[in-house]
Order: sequence, then C-alpha cells, then structure tokens
Amino acid sequence: MKPAPFNYIVPTSIDEALALLEEHAPDARLLAGGQSLVPMMNFRLSRPSHLIDLNCISDLAFIHDNKDHISIGAMTRERTIEESSLVRSTIPLLSEATQHIAHLPIRSRGTIGGSISNADPAAEYPAALLTLDGEMLVRSKKGKRRIKASDFFKGIMDTAIEPNELLVEIIVPKVPPGTGFAFVEISRRHGDYALAGIAAQMTLSGKTVTNLRLAACGVGPCPIRLNDAEKQIFDDGLTEKSIQLAARAAALEIDPKTDLHATADYRRRLTAVLTQQALLKAKERAQEIS
Amino acid sequence: MPDSIPGYIGQSVPRREDKRLLRGEGLFVADIQLPNMLHVAIARSQFPHARIKDIDLSKALSAEGVELAISGEDILEHLPPISGMQLTTPPGYQERVDTDIQIPDQPLIPHEKVRFVGEPYALVVAKNRYLAEDAIELISTNFDPMPPVATTDDALDRNAPLLHENLGRNVAAILHTKKGKGAEALKTAPHRLKRRFYHHRYAAMPMECRGVVADYDARTDTLTIWSSTQVVHWVRREVANSLGMPEENVRCIAPDVGGGFGGKGHVYPEDILVAYLARRLRRPVKWIEDRHEHFLNSTHSRDNIYDVEIGFDNNGRIETVVSDFVVDSGAYSPIGAGIAGNSIAHMLGPYDIPNYEASSKIVLTNRTPNAPYRGAGRPEVGFAMERAVDLVANELDLDPAEVRFRNMIKADQMPYSVGLTYRDGVPIVYDSGDYPKALERALEELGGLKSIRKRQKDALSQGRYIGLGLGCYVEGTGVGPFEGARVKIDATGKIVVATGACPQGQGHETVFAQVTADLWKVPIEDVYVTVADTAHVTMGYGTLASRSTVTASGAIQLASDEIKEKVFAIASDILETGVQDLELRDSGVGVKGVPGMHISFRDIATAARPGWGHKRPEGIDAGLEVTSYYEPPTVTWSYASNAAIVEVNPATGQVLIENYVEVHDAGVLVNPAIADGQVKGGLVQGLGGGLLEEITYDENGQLLTGSFMDYLLPSASDVPPITVIHQETPSPLNSLGVKGLGEGGAIAPPVVIANAVCDALRPFKAEINSTPVRWGDVAAIFGDDPFKATSTTTTPEMDE
Amino acid sequence: MDEQSISLTVNGTEQNAKAEPRMSLADFLRERLGLTGTHIGCEHGVCGACTVICDGMAVRSCLMFAVQAEKKEIKTIEGLADGDTMHPLQTLFSEHRALQCGFCTPGMLMTAVDLVDNNPSITPPEIKIGMSAVLCRCTGYEGILKAVEAYAMQIKGV
Repeated sequence: MKPAPFNYIVPTSIDEALALLEEHAPDARLLAGGQSLVPMMNFRLSRPSHLIDLNCISDLAFIHDNKDHISIGAMTRERTIEESSLVRSTIPLLSEATQHIAHLPIRSRGTIGGSISNADPAAEYPAALLTLDGEMLVRSKKGKRRIKASDFFKGIMDTAIEPNELLVEIIVPKVPPGTGFAFVEISRRHGDYALAGIAAQMTLSGKTVTNLRLAACGVGPCPIRLNDAEKQIFDDGLTEKSIQLAARAAALEIDPKTDLHATADYRRRLTAVLTQQALLKAKERAQEIS
Repeated sequence: MPDSIPGYIGQSVPRREDKRLLRGEGLFVADIQLPNMLHVAIARSQFPHARIKDIDLSKALSAEGVELAISGEDILEHLPPISGMQLTTPPGYQERVDTDIQIPDQPLIPHEKVRFVGEPYALVVAKNRYLAEDAIELISTNFDPMPPVATTDDALDRNAPLLHENLGRNVAAILHTKKGKGAEALKTAPHRLKRRFYHHRYAAMPMECRGVVADYDARTDTLTIWSSTQVVHWVRREVANSLGMPEENVRCIAPDVGGGFGGKGHVYPEDILVAYLARRLRRPVKWIEDRHEHFLNSTHSRDNIYDVEIGFDNNGRIETVVSDFVVDSGAYSPIGAGIAGNSIAHMLGPYDIPNYEASSKIVLTNRTPNAPYRGAGRPEVGFAMERAVDLVANELDLDPAEVRFRNMIKADQMPYSVGLTYRDGVPIVYDSGDYPKALERALEELGGLKSIRKRQKDALSQGRYIGLGLGCYVEGTGVGPFEGARVKIDATGKIVVATGACPQGQGHETVFAQVTADLWKVPIEDVYVTVADTAHVTMGYGTLASRSTVTASGAIQLASDEIKEKVFAIASDILETGVQDLELRDSGVGVKGVPGMHISFRDIATAARPGWGHKRPEGIDAGLEVTSYYEPPTVTWSYASNAAIVEVNPATGQVLIENYVEVHDAGVLVNPAIADGQVKGGLVQGLGGGLLEEITYDENGQLLTGSFMDYLLPSASDVPPITVIHQETPSPLNSLGVKGLGEGGAIAPPVVIANAVCDALRPFKAEINSTPVRWGDVAAIFGDDPFKATSTTTTPEMDE
Repeated sequence: MDEQSISLTVNGTEQNAKAEPRMSLADFLRERLGLTGTHIGCEHGVCGACTVICDGMAVRSCLMFAVQAEKKEIKTIEGLADGDTMHPLQTLFSEHRALQCGFCTPGMLMTAVDLVDNNPSITPPEIKIGMSAVLCRCTGYEGILKAVEAYAMQIKGV
C-alpha cells in the first residue's frame, strides 16, 4: 500500500513548526518517528494534506539533568532513552518501560513525544508517565503550558494537545531515595502491544510505604491510575494478603475491552496478576536500595 | 543404487542458493525491472456479497500516469474464467470414493457479482504503483449488497442466498467413503464417544507476497511470465489456453520465491491477467501484491468442523471411526476437493482400525477461497483424530501413550493395506516404517513415559500443572500424476539438469545436484540445475504436496538411465570393450580395473553429435539429451510421532512449551540439514497455528485480521526448545529410498498443544476441542480467581 | 507530487537521485538505486524484511520516506560483503542454515549487525529477544539464532 500524496515540509526550528501548525491545522500531521503514523498512511487510513517533519529540529532532542527533575525533548528517540545511564539512574521506571516497546529497530526511530501524542491505549509511556507523575510541556504560537499526565490522556488516541500545539518536552521528577519500581506487562509475543501492563513506583521508609503510584495500560481507553489498589496498600501495607487484595481491586477499577487478542475478563485477570507482580518487584527493589 | 563410493546423497552439502541470497543478489519477482514497464493496482470489493450494477472508470482513465483501466465486463469476451478443476481427479478415485463434485469456475475479474471481501472488480495500469493506487480511488461503483453467506451454517441453510446461481447450491463437493462396516459398527461397540472438533482458519503467509511480471515480444508473438508461484507449468497452460497461444510461445519462470507453503500452489487470476495486459499493451507489466491484499486475496486454509464418533473396547482398541466434516471453502475452491480428499484418506493415521466411514461437504461462503497450506487437510483431520484418541484414553483411565501403542500398526505388519483409496486413485498401502518405535523414541527423548508421569504428579502436589501432549500421523508423499526432468550431457561434459520442480526455499538446486552427481559419479560442481522454468522442461507439475524429492529425482533418474544406455554404447564402441566391463568413473566411462582405459563425458558428447565425423555405433541416435516423466506408482508414506511437555500457568493461562520432540521418518534424506530445516520450519508454523495465528471474520463476512498487527506469526521468542530426530526407513517404492517431507512438521503441533494442555489440566477434566488454544480460555478452566491455585508459589515469569 | 533531489551515502558511496516525498526509503533503494536486496514484506513495519542500517542503527526502511534519508549514511545487505569476501555473519548464516527462501534474510542480517556490533557482549537470551524483530516463515529461527550467537562470539574475540 502506498500513501496518498501530501505536501511535505521540514521546519528547522520550533517556531517554524508552530507557524506551520497554525497555518495548516487540522489537516496537517506532525511526523515524529513515523513508526505509528507511517503504517496508517501506508494503509491510506491517515491522509494528511500536509506532513510536517520534525526530525530536523535539533532543539527537540535532548535529555537534561536538572536539580530535581529530568527533562526530555519530545523528539528524543526511544532507543536513546533506553541507552541513557542518566535515565536509568534517576528515573529507572522509564528505562524499564522502554524495553517493552516493540523492537529495537522501531525504537531507533520512535520518539517519546510521538508515542505520547499518539496515546495508544496499550502504549507503555503514557502509563509510565502517569506513575512517574510526569508533565508535558506544550507550545503554540501563543505561548506554552504544562499539562500533568493525569490531565493529558483523555481517551483512545486522544490527548489534551490542541491542533495548533506542539509537544516539546517531557518533565519527570527524580525519584526520592528508597524508591523501587517495576514495569511489567503480558503480551502475546515479545514486543507486541500489552494485553495488560502495570507501571509501579513505591517509596519505602523502613517498612512503611511513604509513596505508591500504580498505573495500568492496555485496559482502558487511556492509562488508568489504580487509586483503589494504592489505597489498599496504604491502609494495610505490603503483606501477601494485602497485595492480593490490592491486585483484585485493580482488576475492578479498570475499563478493559474485548478484542481480537483478549476478552475484557481476561484483561481483568491479567491486571490482577500483574499488579501483584509489580508490587512485589517494586518492593524488592525498594528494599535493595534501602 | 549408488554404490561404494561415498556419494552426495546423505551429506549436508552447503546450499548453492545461499551465496546470492546472502549477498542480496537473489531475484524475486518484485526485483524485476524492465524498460518501459507499467504497474498494476487492483480495485477490490469491500462487500462480501454484492451484485455489480455499474463501474465507472472514466475518472481513473484520465488520472495522471494511467495507461489503462478495465473491469470484468471489458475482459468478458477475451478471457474465460479459471476452471474449477485445476486439480484433476483420476478415474480410479471416483470409482472408489463417492464423489459429487461441482467446483465453480473463478472469473479473472467478475462482472456480475463479487463474492468475498477483496475480490477484484477492476484494475488500473499506470506508470508506477503509487499513481495506480491513486487512480483506483477514482473509480466509482454501484454495488447492490446481498445478504452475506458468512459461515458454513449460513451457507447450508435452506433459505441461503446462492453464491453461484448456476450451481444451485452452496456446496462445491460432497465426498463419502466407507471401510469395513462403516457407521453400522458403532451399534455393537462396547463404548462410544462423540465430539465436535474445530480447526480454525489460518494461512500460509509466506514472507514474500505474490507477484507477476509479464513481457510480450511482438516479433515472435511470445510471452514471458515471471510469477511467484509453485506451479510454472500450470500457469503456462492456463495462460496459453486463455490467450489462445501455443504453450510453446508462453514461458513461465518462477525466479527466487520467498516461501509458498501451498498458498502459491495454483493459478490465480492475476497470473493470467498480467500476461493478457502485457500482450494487449505491448509493454512489460508488473503486479506486486501488497500484504493487505495478501490477507484478502491469497488463499486461506484449514477452517474445518468435524463431528466424530468413535467406537472402542475396554482395552482402548478403536474399532470404528465415523466422521462427518465441513470445509469452509470460501467463495471458490481452487484445488477442488483435494483438501477434503486428503483428510478422508489420512484420518485413520498410523492405527489399525477395521471400520471407518467419512463424509465431507466442501461448502461455499463469502470468504476468501480456501486452498492447501502445508499439511493440506492432514492437520485438520489429525486434530480431530488425535484429540479423539486422548479422549478414548480418558474414558478408560488409560495413558494416551498406551492407547496409541495398542492401536498402532506394527513394523512387521508392513506393507499394510488400509482399505481406503488415495487421491491418486490407488488403494492405500503404508509401505514401510515403524510407528511404535517413533513414539517410543519421542517419549524417551523427553525422559521416558514413567518419569514424565512422575514429574507430573510431583508438580501437581506443588500446585504446578505439567502436561504431556502427543500427536502421531502418517503422510502420503511424492504424489503423482508426474514430474518432468530433462537431463543433458553438455558439449563440455557437464551434466545439465532441468526439472519442473518449483522451490520456494527447499534448496532444490542443491538437492537435485546431489542426486544427479551420485547418479553420474561426478563432482557436484559439474552438475548444473535449473528449476521452475517451462522453457527447459516441456511438461512439469510443480512443488507442493511434499512431492519433489521423490518425483523430480525419479524423473532425473529415468532420463539419466536412458542417456546412460547411449553413453555406455558409445564408450563400449570406442573403448572396444563390452558394456558389462565398463563403469562410470572420473566424469566419464572407464574399463573396470584398467585405470588407463577411460573416455570422458566430454569426448562421449562429441562422439554423440550428429553429422560428419560422429562416432556413434550403429543404431544409436545423436545427442545425449533426454526428457523423462516419472509417474509414481502411488504415494510413499512418511510418518511422525510428536511429543511435548508443557507447563500451564494457572494465574494467566499461558502455555509454556518446555520441550517439543518430533521423531520423523521421510526415508533416506538426500541432504539431512535441509531436511531438518524443512521439518523444523514446518513445526514452528504448526506452533503458530496452534497458539497464535487466526483469521477472523465478523458475522457480516468482513475480514477483521487484515495485517500483521492482528495476525500473529511466531517470532524467535516464541520458539521453544525443539528436537527433531530422523528415523530413516527407506522407501521401497523408488530406488533412492526417499519420501517427501516438506509438509510434515506443520501437521501435529496444534493437536499436540491441545492434548498437552488437556493432560496438564486433567484434574479439571478439561477438554479443548478447538484451535487456537487461547490463554484466556485456559485460564478460565482454573476458575475466576487467579490467586487461588498459586497461594504458595510465585507465578513463573512467562514473558521474558 | 513534485520530485525532490536526495543526496545520501549508501554502502559507502554517495548517491543522488530524485523521489517524490511519499516514496518510501525501501522503494527508493530498490527502484531508484537498483539495490533490490532490501525486501518489502508488509509495509506496516512489522515483518522487518526491509530493515537497513541508517546512521549506525537498524531501521524499517518501509516506514521512512526517502526524503528523510537526506545526508544520512545507509547500509544495506549489498554493503556487507567486501567484494568477493563475505561478511562473517553471511558465512555463519550459510553454515548454520539460517536461510531457506532468503526473503527475510536482508532484514535478519542488518538487524543482527546492529544488535551485535553495537553491543558485543550481548548474551544468547538478548539475541533471541533482539532477533524477534524480524519474522521468518521458513526456518523456525534456530539456525538464525545460532549464527548470530556465533557472530557475537567472534566479535567478542572468544
């Protein structure tokens, strides 16, 4: 399948890209890594009149170490994030999530900004960012705004980005000492979209859980924060029984669908299993660090 | 048989094909670029069933770069449909098997109605594929949708709309056969069990899609067609017939073909259409199928529902098998009743069963047509039979392995007359082999039955679920009607071979070089092999049905034998020695025991020339070139026993295959490494069929799985530890002792997995009688609570 | 659509050719530069047969537009051998029976080269995961994994 014709433009600065968006929205599409967009264009399911290629804007690709947070340019390749020792040492959940994304050649081109903007319900980064309490920095010709992950993902392939806006940066707070993490998922084959996935981050002070964030992917129209599961752990701690109860709670607070690959019921079951796994793994890692 | 000199047969000679393929210098049909070439895009139906009221091509015709746009109506006068009888049924078959066969013809482009989502209704020829696809979108159509016949139940309903009005029914064929007392014998069976089994729809899915390039030479009125096909001679025949040209003027070549597995084993409309377009436009024309088209338009397979009843005694001896099965053939049936015929012939497997009755309906539905895919009816019937054997064992509380041993035909019963007729019209006789030994070896390889059962028991007491799955089958291989080969001793003394075989990765150029080198006692470098080109062999059949090693070698041997007579006659004359004192040696003929007396093939070839100065004795015609056709007496029987140990995760239902063993017997192996690759490759395809691959339609006949995002092929991570053991019982049916093996690996894995999971879940009396085996279904067997079965164990890491 | 000029390096040689923006890198390599060794199996980025190396990393050439390869260094299967001397991985593929029909082979080779050359201490389980990026329908993967493992040993200097 060959794509339908389009006008191709390559801005070399963020301002240029914003001007183009202003001019050509909503029929224009932004080309980041292309690993999700180009297949859709090849199927002729996506037929943008204008394709704005972001790959020549060097200002959009970076990983910066700031005092209390890491900032990542939207056009940073997934592979770069995977290989970054800075990310691994400061926000390791993001490293682990990246390893589950498709395959290495896809990660060579795929970008964090592209993945987040695409907002596939089964994608790893949206759930990871929800757990990491990340923020998205979005710019338009009129200015810029920061959107928390919890406000950013609205539905299936739907985010808070306006048609004239460009996601430029992802801001992730560094984790406090004593923090363990886990990103676990089950997919039919290695590299496939998750049937269900859990991103967990837990801070322990001695035996007390001082912080716990859990998010699930693949089991709702967008990543789902597992509030009930978290509450169960805060209430009753990390005993085997409490973890199982938390896992069961997680299975009930999600909104999974039945599709070709799994039924809604099965996704609930996997969510419970993975929540238990994630909690145990995060706990183990938190204890190792302490 | 080649004698004491260590020959090439039996050696894992490195493949000749490798060098060019590894360097990116292979030639696949999409690689062919000819000057002035045009490109085809095809407009495909979005309706499963609709009348074509009107097709307006005017906007497409005036689009940029477009040379031609046609619909079914435009070719109505020029191009007949492809006959429904591409695969012929020999008279012997119809005498012994009840058949009612009316296979519908397949129009190249329909003009009255479309019958499946993806069926062509028009095409565009343009400067490049991008522009051709743009033009397709400018075609406007008026279709009158009809109620879809989405399933076989729909099709068989009394009030169902007819797909092919002229047939009067939605059934392409009905087959029936009986052995012994047939179903009557059930009445006196001590035990009976009845089940329905379903083997789902999946497909060959080669990595290279199909494609055709055609080039017409007006000066000589000849056509050259390159097609990614398994049957170059069939393509030539159909094109020649359709275009009213002598076969001699039509050449069909299959260049490097990127996998076929049966899906490229018949003539498709595009094979003929592209040839027609090249001749009409007087320019080379190229059509390359893209993957989405492949899902819609290249044949699917399997998709059988089996109703089976078994009669057996207290010892687990199976007395009677009755089966009634329905094949969802889609809108057409390119290989006629072949798949069902195979299933019927293979159901009794390696077992000694006195009574059998089988009926089959090949049903037409508004789905992509169904044609053979690796196994061609044997995986479907194997699933039903091998599940049934396990169920018999369960009823009697016997070990499924034991039940198999009790029913298997023993080595000393060979050759064994089955009492049924094969597709070639000949009564089935299993010619050689040791079925129980294969099963024994498979079990041994896994640690032995006793230790497996002990492991299983111990595991269960720890809350772990381990199962043993078995799958045993026999496979008729090397089927006729024939294969052709031309053998020539070239003027330079080299042996030049061409055969009608059409490889798609089987390494034929290497394998047939080995066979020929041994026949002529020459170094393998002195043998040149051409495959898949109708210009080099007048008549040929092709590569499908696990037949080429047997049939092409047979033809090479026949032709070689005939040339050898001449060669020896000429050598005898020149060396003034009796033929009985001569032998093949050192790329020529020499006198036995006399090193100095020798004449090279090169000199013999010179002597054999026609005209002045020839050195042929009286009565010997000129030339050292013979084309022969090997017509095998009947099929020769390969077989295998598969055994696998799986562990089921009670929390997630995931099935981990710990170890998969196949003991496989295809007689003498010409190239063991190639043979091993064929079996293992087929095996992994079978695992895909059992666990991952699934073609799904909705209730309206719309295809839901149209890309690799939805249709999951096994990747490297999905392959468990596999052991293949080759048991080599030579075939008594040909002098090389070879049998076919291309398909075997793919036959048993689905039923082995189902049996293994059921075995692991014996405490729950689980029955899995359909494929694919789904994790969700397995998990549900444990109940709703994923934590119940594993309160003392951590869930094993399955994904990494 | 108007064609644009593209200037890039392929297998060490500078190339200049034209393509309209929607032409994929895969089609460009095959049709404009005559390098038909890179194969197209799906055009949706899943099968991996089209994998080439771009600026040192394996990428799906069916998911890049040719115009995006401007000034990039591309390596294809045709660039592996050095004249008549095969690349060690090519030799190992043949020895380990890592190919049958050869259609996925370009994708397998280029993916493996990226995997191993960029991470010489790669382990067999990591190779298995890494090579899951490319689909093969013929071999069942055993020979492919063995060949890549042997290549890794060679590169590591074992």
